[in-house]
Amino acid sequence: MTVTRLLDQDRTAITFTVDGVQVPAKQGDTLLTAMLTAGLGHVRTSEFGDGGRAGFCWMGACQDCWVLVVGKGVRRSCTTLVEPGIEVVRR
Amino acid sequence: MRIVVVGGGPAGIRAVEQLVRAGVTPIWIEEGPDGGGRITQRPPPGFTRDHAALYGADAGRARRLHATLDAMKPRTDWRPDTLVWNIRPQDKVLHTLTNGAAQGEVAYDALILCTGAMDRVLPLPGWTLPGVTTLGGAQVALKSQGVGIGANPVLIGTGPLLWLTALQYAKAGAKPAAVLDTTDFLTKARFGAGMLWNLPTLLRGMGLFAQLKLRGVKLHEDITPLAIEGVDGVTAVHWRDAAWKEHVTPCDAVGMGWGLKPEAQLADLAGVPFDYDATQQNWVPRKDVAGRAPVAGVYLAGDGAGIGGVEVAELAGARAALAALGDAHLPSDMALTQHLDGRLRTERRFRKALEQAFPYPAKLAARMEDSTSVCRCEVITAGELRAAAAADAPEVNRAKAFSRVGMGRCQGRLCGTPAAAVLAKALSVEVPEVGRLRGQPPVKPVPLQQVG
Amino acid sequence: MIQADVLIVGGGGAGTSAALHLARRGVRVVLLERGLVGGQATGVNYGGVRQQGRHPAGIPLARKSREIWSRIRELTGSDVEFDPSGHLKLARSAADEAELLRWNTLAVEHGLRPRMIGRNAIRELYPHFSDVVIAGSLMEEDGSANPRLLAPALARAARKAGADIREGHAVTGLEHDGTDFRLLANGTRFAAPWLLNCAGFWGGEIARQFGEAVPIEKLHPNMLVTEPLPYFLRESLGVVGGGLYMRQIARGNIIFGGGRGESDAGITFTRPRPDAAFEVMRSAIAVIPRLEHAMVIRSWSGTDGTFADHFPVLGPSRTTPGLIHAFGFCGEGFQTGPGVGAVLSELVMDGVTDVPLEAFDIGRFTAAQIAV
Ligand SMILES: Cc1cc2nc3c(=O)[nH]c(=O)nc-3n(C[C@H](O)[C@H](O)[C@H](O)COP(=O)(O)OP(=O)(O)OC[C@H]3O[C@@H](n4cnc5c(N)ncnc54)[C@H](O)[C@@H]3O)c2cc1C
Ligand SMILES: Cc1cc2nc3c(=O)[nH]c(=O)nc-3n(C[C@H](O)[C@H](O)[C@H](O)COP(=O)(O)OP(=O)(O)OC[C@H]3O[C@@H](n4cnc5c(N)ncnc54)[C@H](O)[C@@H]3O)c2cc1C
Ligand code: FES
Repeated sequence: MTVTRLLDQDRTAITFTVDGVQVPAKQGDTLLTAMLTAGLGHVRTSEFGDGGRAGFCWMGACQDCWVLVVGKGVRRSCTTLVEPGIEVVRR
Repeated sequence: MRIVVVGGGPAGIRAVEQLVRAGVTPIWIEEGPDGGGRITQRPPPGFTRDHAALYGADAGRARRLHATLDAMKPRTDWRPDTLVWNIRPQDKVLHTLTNGAAQGEVAYDALILCTGAMDRVLPLPGWTLPGVTTLGGAQVALKSQGVGIGANPVLIGTGPLLWLTALQYAKAGAKPAAVLDTTDFLTKARFGAGMLWNLPTLLRGMGLFAQLKLRGVKLHEDITPLAIEGVDGVTAVHWRDAAWKEHVTPCDAVGMGWGLKPEAQLADLAGVPFDYDATQQNWVPRKDVAGRAPVAGVYLAGDGAGIGGVEVAELAGARAALAALGDAHLPSDMALTQHLDGRLRTERRFRKALEQAFPYPAKLAARMEDSTSVCRCEVITAGELRAAAAADAPEVNRAKAFSRVGMGRCQGRLCGTPAAAVLAKALSVEVPEVGRLRGQPPVKPVPLQQVG
Repeated sequence: MIQADVLIVGGGGAGTSAALHLARRGVRVVLLERGLVGGQATGVNYGGVRQQGRHPAGIPLARKSREIWSRIRELTGSDVEFDPSGHLKLARSAADEAELLRWNTLAVEHGLRPRMIGRNAIRELYPHFSDVVIAGSLMEEDGSANPRLLAPALARAARKAGADIREGHAVTGLEHDGTDFRLLANGTRFAAPWLLNCAGFWGGEIARQFGEAVPIEKLHPNMLVTEPLPYFLRESLGVVGGGLYMRQIARGNIIFGGGRGESDAGITFTRPRPDAAFEVMRSAIAVIPRLEHAMVIRSWSGTDGTFADHFPVLGPSRTTPGLIHAFGFCGEGFQTGPGVGAVLSELVMDGVTDVPLEAFDIGRFTAAQIAV
């Protein structure tokens, strides 16, 4: 999938890590936006063998985008903003 | 008098405004970092698009709502980043989770729930693939993140949000591969007449349609979506036209939505009874015209109390606040109350026509293939749900107990509507007869680890 | 009017199992259930199929039931997800450890085979436990089942065997005319010389109507379930002193409980209580630290009947011939449900059962006790 930056791109560039790998983002991105625009493809893996998931509702309702933010706990990636240097682990 | 308002969308903003006018300082709780709600959701700090760019035809409304929102924050006990995850109505207590970690408790004398709505979906083969979102999700991506779910998405569903989202994508520089509307032209035309009650909105709807055509976006009506194709992401949508001809439209993402469904889980936990609204094809929490629920101290407004759209949300928010004030023998504006009641009556007629013009395709849901996952959280197929029906599940909660449909993280928010359609068909009864999934706390997941 | 040999009030584990056992012996049995079968305690409990920790007086019934659990598929056509995964009871102090040893000794006398797992072994075998856990006792033949499936499966099998199971039939009228019990439910009249009171917590009210008021109390265990997590926990867990029980199903969710929920006066609803949930969430993480990142996705409670002496009422009425009580299973009746049905069928058909019932006799409540 190709989540595409279209508008409002003039924001400060920052980086964070996902599963130990550096990922570029922009200030104001949610974890979901940043991970998907960076081409990571999915943010979690279904427990029941039907593959990766990349959120669905983007508004905190479907609960299909939970990730682990080291030091903070499990968070919904669509409602959590990227902060410089945070470490995300996909589950 | 402790009045608590849950939700910082249009309904919540207008409720709070009336409370503050009457000299009350409500506790105002919002799950997001800022208010604005869905239609007028604000991007995070750092985004620079102005209101006209963000909200198009709704820019004026957004400006007014945001001005009130910002004016009210310092005059209330404003608590953003706070989820209300449980209600104990017998003790009049709310349980909250702040910043995803800190537990809290809030006592209330009156509670105004303005919790909004979410998209209603139709499960299709492939709908759990990365790249498939709700229509609302596709819109939120663009509005509050400046991204498109794809460069060439297919948008499937019905209702004004379908065309609106398509146009927003086209304007933002994406090229929707197709817009697939499950409703036929005749249904829309027949009930469109009823929308004359609200001429400006009707004209806007027709304008959307024309603009999309002008931009060369392909619109297909009366279609049947068949499947979403892809492996790690979306590559195409299979669908059938009104003449029963099958098509494959290549694309890189899919947005899907068939109208909205109230986010009424808190009303449920508060013990408010629900009724089936046949026009909306939704279960809605019971309330009187002013928004009073039949549970002491509980008031409901906005889309969370039954889908009414943003105009109704604003009116009903103010109306519910006036009811709460009146019931507490606090000063409330009688003239405004009468005015609101009149406006709400007119709006309801328009809304009825709108819902009839864009129905949820329950028949398609009922015919879903056995292998399709109805419940994306637990990955439970329509076949498994039908097996539950065969094993003697006369209603959805029993079917949930047997099959695990609706037992996942989202608590049946997504699968509730299509599961009811599948079950009803399997039992040869009408959809309302299989009931609705009962809510259980927490309304959204809460961490085991507690802080605060 | 519908004439039967045996009428059963209540379609929980006790009632549906009784219906099945009786129908298999050719008895005309009618079961009347107010809601859906398994809609109360039997359908919403933790699912523990546990003999461990029971009072010695309760062990024979639990053993009889355990034997039926091992035949549950043959009996009902469904495995109801019964999994004899073992029940591991944990000690968090030397006193706890002594308590485990004490019970193990008793249990052996009753034919059970619990096994102590000492301080070193528990570290080695269960690396996911924290240092809080110092020892455990394992009952290998204990385990769990899916509570949502048991009563419906028993009812389905009972129907097949000829029982008349009626859901949506609240018994509103109840009397004994000297020969027969006469019941009114959902506008229909029923009569039979035998009546089995399997009405769970509400069995207390039925007993009262036959002049046998008992000091029954509501019990609302507080339950939680997490999102699916990688599978690591085979045994169902308990701790000495209660307050925490926990199991993981193969799909990954961890079901756990402890403390009490609540209800309104008429028990039109039961609700979990957040304060109890927080407490049990803390103790769960204390025992299994890796749960610190887990999310709770649902919580609930339910209603059982309980007595101060922690024994159910099970056996013939002292006032009314033909009436047999089986209610108030004190939060432990999911495991015993299948066995209770067998016992009831034996009492009706044979007049005797091999399970000693003295401790459960309704006559144990003297007038003085009831007055308290
Ligand atoms: C995704 C989406 C996009 C939409 N886009 C459009 C559009 O473009 N044009 C249009 O006309 N209509 C649109 N609608 C419909 C429109 O949003 C509504 O008609 C209007 O916003 C309703 O206002 P409201 O105040 O009732 O709810 P909302 O605007 O949805 O506000 C509800 C608020 O309550 C908060 N909340 C909910 N539950 C809790 C809780 N448990 N604890 C704390 N806070 C909580 C939410 O975070 C939210 O901010 C959209 C709806 C959705 C769901
Ligand atoms: C949350 C919870 C967790 C538990 N965990 C465990 C566990 O892990 N292991 C274990 O062994 N036990 C456990 N228990 C206890 C166990 O669930 C109960 O002891 C057992 O299920 C009781 O079965 P029953 O058939 O007596 O009652 P119920 O299942 O309550 O059935 C009684 C039925 O009678 C019906 N009824 C009542 N009055 C009438 C009337 N007038 N007319 C018609 N019908 C009527 C009710 O509707 C109900 O369906 C737990 C209980 C709860 C609530
Ligand atoms: S994408 Fe639905 S909750 Fe995050």
